[in-house]
Amino acid sequence: MRPEAVEAMLPFLAQHHGNPSGAHAAARHARRALDDARDAVAALVGCRPGEVVFTSGGTEADVTALGGVVAARPGGLVVGAIEHHAVLDGARAAARLGSEVTTIGVDGAGHLDLAALEQHLAAAAAGTAPMPVVAAVALANNEVGTIQPLDALADLLAAHAPDAVLHSDVVQAAAWLDLPTLAARAHLLALSAHKLGGPKGVGALIVRSGTAVRPLLVGGGQEQGRRSGTPNVAGIVGFGAAARLVADQREATATRVAALRDRLAAGLLAALAPIAPGVRETVVPAGSDRRHVLPGHLHLCLPGVAADEVLFLLDQAGVAASAASSCASGATEASHVLVGLDIPPDVARGSLRLTLGWSTTEADVDRALAAVPAAVARVVGAAAPAPIAVPGGSR
Amino acid sequence: MRVLVAMSGGVDSSVAAARLVAAGHEVTGATLKLWGGESDSGCCSVSDVDDARRVADALGVDHHTFAYGDEFAADVIAPYVAAHAAGATPNPCMACNRSIKFGALLERADRLGFAAVATGHHARVVTGDDGRRRVGRGADGAKDQSYVLAGLDHERLGRVLFPVGDSSKDAVRAEAAALGLRTAGKPDSQDVCFITRADGRARFLGRRLPLTPGRVVDTAGAVVGHVDAVETVTVGQRRGLGLPGGGAPRYAVAVDTATATVVVGGEVDLHATTQPVTALGWAADPITGPLTVQASAHGVPRPGRIVADGVGGGAGEIRWDAPERRVAPGQAVVAYQGDAVVAWATATATATPVRPVEPR
Repeated sequence: MRPEAVEAMLPFLAQHHGNPSGAHAAARHARRALDDARDAVAALVGCRPGEVVFTSGGTEADVTALGGVVAARPGGLVVGAIEHHAVLDGARAAARLGSEVTTIGVDGAGHLDLAALEQHLAAAAAGTAPMPVVAAVALANNEVGTIQPLDALADLLAAHAPDAVLHSDVVQAAAWLDLPTLAARAHLLALSAHKLGGPKGVGALIVRSGTAVRPLLVGGGQEQGRRSGTPNVAGIVGFGAAARLVADQREATATRVAALRDRLAAGLLAALAPIAPGVRETVVPAGSDRRHVLPGHLHLCLPGVAADEVLFLLDQAGVAASAASSCASGATEASHVLVGLDIPPDVARGSLRLTLGWSTTEADVDRALAAVPAAVARVVGAAAPAPIAVPGGSR
Repeated sequence: MRVLVAMSGGVDSSVAAARLVAAGHEVTGATLKLWGGESDSGCCSVSDVDDARRVADALGVDHHTFAYGDEFAADVIAPYVAAHAAGATPNPCMACNRSIKFGALLERADRLGFAAVATGHHARVVTGDDGRRRVGRGADGAKDQSYVLAGLDHERLGRVLFPVGDSSKDAVRAEAAALGLRTAGKPDSQDVCFITRADGRARFLGRRLPLTPGRVVDTAGAVVGHVDAVETVTVGQRRGLGLPGGGAPRYAVAVDTATATVVVGGEVDLHATTQPVTALGWAADPITGPLTVQASAHGVPRPGRIVADGVGGGAGEIRWDAPERRVAPGQAVVAYQGDAVVAWATATATATPVRPVEPR
């Protein structure tokens, strides 16, 4: 977490524990903190403060968005094939109300198949497919980092399904991308504080005015009746502090981290090529730039290499990486994102996801450049490669 | 040394890990995620993984979860289903030990720099006068698991540790309680981990196989009953054969899925003097002298000898000192000399007993 977010939260854990719904001084203090955080999140997103609904995180925001739209107005759902499980399962849950979920595939770079979407929407307009009331596509994929052109999507919806709502999970994108521009045409957005350097367990659903969403959590009527339950004041304050920092530093951080990521990518591809033949960047074709990928993402496929063994050795070397989204018991399972990208199962088992953040340093990259090839060499039984001099190192 | 402990979330592997830590080894715990489906007791549910992790936390060691679902499906479940389809009664625990715990996991441990894999099995590694390692019976006779570990060879046994093999189950539980391990009072796991009591074997197989209704005939060929699924009938089975009650007990003595026929006979028909086997393996040099042979995990070892057929390919037969119950095809037979496993094999079908109707 960002130290500033921790600092901001502490008073609301220790001294100011008033419930913002009350009418006393402590309540007013909490209320003010909540409103300040709401302003900060709204500024980051480019929406009005009244459009921010605080939730327990991105999952609640996604599930509320999909279920809430369908509950307000029955109809079909459209989701991308590589959406987060909160969206895929949220759509499936919403469909139990009598709707149908249509899944749109992606190309090898992770971009939504817009032609397939257009075909589906045209069929819906012609009455041969269910007319969608909501389409959900993340601005950036959490696993491989591919950024989607939401505007092109919004154009298609406007042309063929003008009443449909566009929902975008921006949990992964919010720390890196210019939401006021890139997500301007989404009616609903899901955010999570922890991806901004804030606390876990708090997030937001942005509901642009005029968008009909029935609440998932009902009860005391907090958050203007759109999300009942006593607000997590300290968490929301931490969220606000993190959002403020991201808004101030986002561009500089993105530029700096993208350069680190590019150095890591070049170094790893060079070092791994002799020991893991066929190694490649999962969503970046050879020779292509990485402008369509989040600055902090590097996703590699190492055909025939047991990624879970590489991760084990990396963990021992103090490098935290992942192979796929983790399941509840902690074992890594084949990822639906890699399946959606049409990566064969034996290659998917050799996938390695390295992410960099605002706190990543040149020294961290050097450590990964040494540890990853050594771990892969050990797993495939090859001699550890000699360290490769990488331009731009921290010397 | 660096040891990877396979922690199922049960009391035995918890104490195994604790003992290795106490002995000064560099210990890492790993729970294998083998089966995504329902399980009563196995080592794959989230709560069992949680127990293993919390025990590792209490011992101050790292804990990892390894997914071996694909390997388990291919090397344990698929052969299990195929064997039933052929009317045999397989032993999936043994397949799991050979191909997963002391197969894929042992190989992985090697790649990751571990000197040994430890488990909570009640068994020992014993070294004979010839210098060859063998699986030995655990100290607790009632909990001995040497049978399901048969097949581990000298080389693999050199990289395997059974830290609780010298202890009784009561001692293991007492030690877990004394150490404050949360698994101290956990019930023992039962039977096949991927088949739940509520679901049962027949329904598990029914989702993976076309089950065939069959005739039940006596040794003279007369139809005496019917079964819903010949694939779920095991040689030696007495119940569920659709036979009228009363009279002398009758048992399934042969199952033929090709003709959907189960042959039943009396106690005498269930017995045979020889038991054909295949996939015969030896821990060291073959032994022609007297051995004891066990045909189920906690069965009584019976005296007999092993005779290879001399043609190779692992075929042979057990020659019992006195007639013994037929072993269901597919079941493992494990031969011991004293308390050491010296050979293992898979039972194949015995000749179907046919008796003429007795003249009046």
